[in-house]
Amino acid sequence: MPQRIDGSGETIRFTFEGREIAARAGETLAAALIAAGETTTRASVVSGAPRGPYCMMGVCFECLVEIDGVPNRQACMIVAEPGMSVNRQKADEVAA
Amino acid sequence: MNGYDVVIVGAGPAGMACASEACSAGLSTLVLDEQPRPGGQIFRDIEVSDRKRRALLGKDYGEGARIAGAFRASGAEYVPGAVVWNIDSAKRIDYSAGGRSHSVEAKSLVVATGAIERPTPMPGWTLPGVTTVGAVQILFKTSGIVFEDVVLVGSGPLLWLAATQLIAAGSPPKAIVETVPKARYREAARHFGKALPAWRYLAKGFAMMRAVKKAGVPVHRDATDIAIEGETVAAAVTFAAGGRRQRIETAHVALHQGVVPNQQITRLLNCQHRFDESQRAFLPVVDESFETSVPGVFVAGDGAGIGGAKSAEMRGRLVAMRIAEKAGRPAGEAAKLRAEIAKDAAVRPLLEALYAPSADILSPADTTMVCRCEEITAGQIREAVALGAPGPNQVKSFLRAGMGPCQGRMCGLAVSEIIAAAKGETPSTTDYYRIRPPLKPLLLSELAGLGAEEPREAAE
Repeated sequence: MPQRIDGSGETIRFTFEGREIAARAGETLAAALIAAGETTTRASVVSGAPRGPYCMMGVCFECLVEIDGVPNRQACMIVAEPGMSVNRQKADEVAA
Repeated sequence: MNGYDVVIVGAGPAGMACASEACSAGLSTLVLDEQPRPGGQIFRDIEVSDRKRRALLGKDYGEGARIAGAFRASGAEYVPGAVVWNIDSAKRIDYSAGGRSHSVEAKSLVVATGAIERPTPMPGWTLPGVTTVGAVQILFKTSGIVFEDVVLVGSGPLLWLAATQLIAAGSPPKAIVETVPKARYREAARHFGKALPAWRYLAKGFAMMRAVKKAGVPVHRDATDIAIEGETVAAAVTFAAGGRRQRIETAHVALHQGVVPNQQITRLLNCQHRFDESQRAFLPVVDESFETSVPGVFVAGDGAGIGGAKSAEMRGRLVAMRIAEKAGRPAGEAAKLRAEIAKDAAVRPLLEALYAPSADILSPADTTMVCRCEEITAGQIREAVALGAPGPNQVKSFLRAGMGPCQGRMCGLAVSEIIAAAKGETPSTTDYYRIRPPLKPLLLSELAGLGAEEPREAAE
């Protein structure tokens, strides 16, 4: 399991697939999800295979999620905000 | 539309240093960067990391605070969270920030978008839990996240640096699986004498390896045939080393085969590129001041060829000096800086020889997925070549390789290498994907707001 080496920063909360996730203020959604043990963020549009954050710097697009109903958002590029409702991107949502 | 003497894309060491130097020469300067805070990947979150985290990340990371401080004090305009999605030949830059698009014009454009990690296609590399080594570092820098079971796989200085940082944090990697063949050490040794002017890098390298040994981290050398096992998430990494097949259970595998220039913007602008055999990557063709074949377009930092953070900072300054000189402004002394850049680069031939990408990565098995977005295998690419596809753009049309959301960033170099090998030519001849706008997908609502801030012409 991932661990945090320090306790610095204010905690904010958002939901992922309905589960409450604690994030440090200022960190990205992808970092908060990985810290919470959630490594699967989307399904491949081709095979439906599970994918998760790979590069953490906006290059690979594997961390695409749906945020408050808007699909195709890069979880590694978006700072977690209190109350966000985040869901995995399903295979059929990509063309939306 | 707003216009600037200099628009810099990227706020890593090169972008920040270039902005500071340009401002001190009196040039109006705008910096656009995708991240919420300056630093690039190497100095990610340098402004907000506390003393403890900085100490664990090491002295070189701390250097970023000086560069970021100077940048903040420079007077450069800075838009964080800005995603550049098009640049045209008149150097008009379209970017999205705060949910809408904006346009600016640049007299000179500085591409300071640095490097990305080389694609590392291997069985299982798309499983959740598999990341780049860079991603492991980013999680550490931004969030203090470490994994007790991470296995670092591949080759390159970053592998050893990440291991050293994790050890310092009290969470050493479970193992290092290094792909450097034994024969490489002999080849690299030839460059040792010439690397001595940059002895600090060599000393740092040896210190990192000593720290790994002292911490008792198992290091499996000369590993080949690496595969990641798992049904829906990574469960283990397997490889051949020491004459037998080995298996390490882990949910976190971090891959690395060196970094390569991020070519998206220079390709979009049709800058000339060349394939560098030593770096095993495409580099934009630049002059001694890092100006590309397109007048007024410069590349500062690793985007012009991998040189590291220190070199990136110096190259950023050099580019700004050249722009100032061309604009008839007082410019700093470039000759001394050029000499320092050359001295700093003395270690590169050794590193490039020792840490050249492994044969397995350059020539993946037919069944290995190369284009992650569209799930195209190496075998399918070779088949398309056999059917007559002459290059990457035709393979793209045949198979959709490079047409997914990452737009070829993750597979481009691998696809060029596979085609080149299949045709018995050099990647230089094969060339690369054509890159078109938008550079990154954007919402229609972001596009719809473009130009809305300007007075509309009366409709008559």
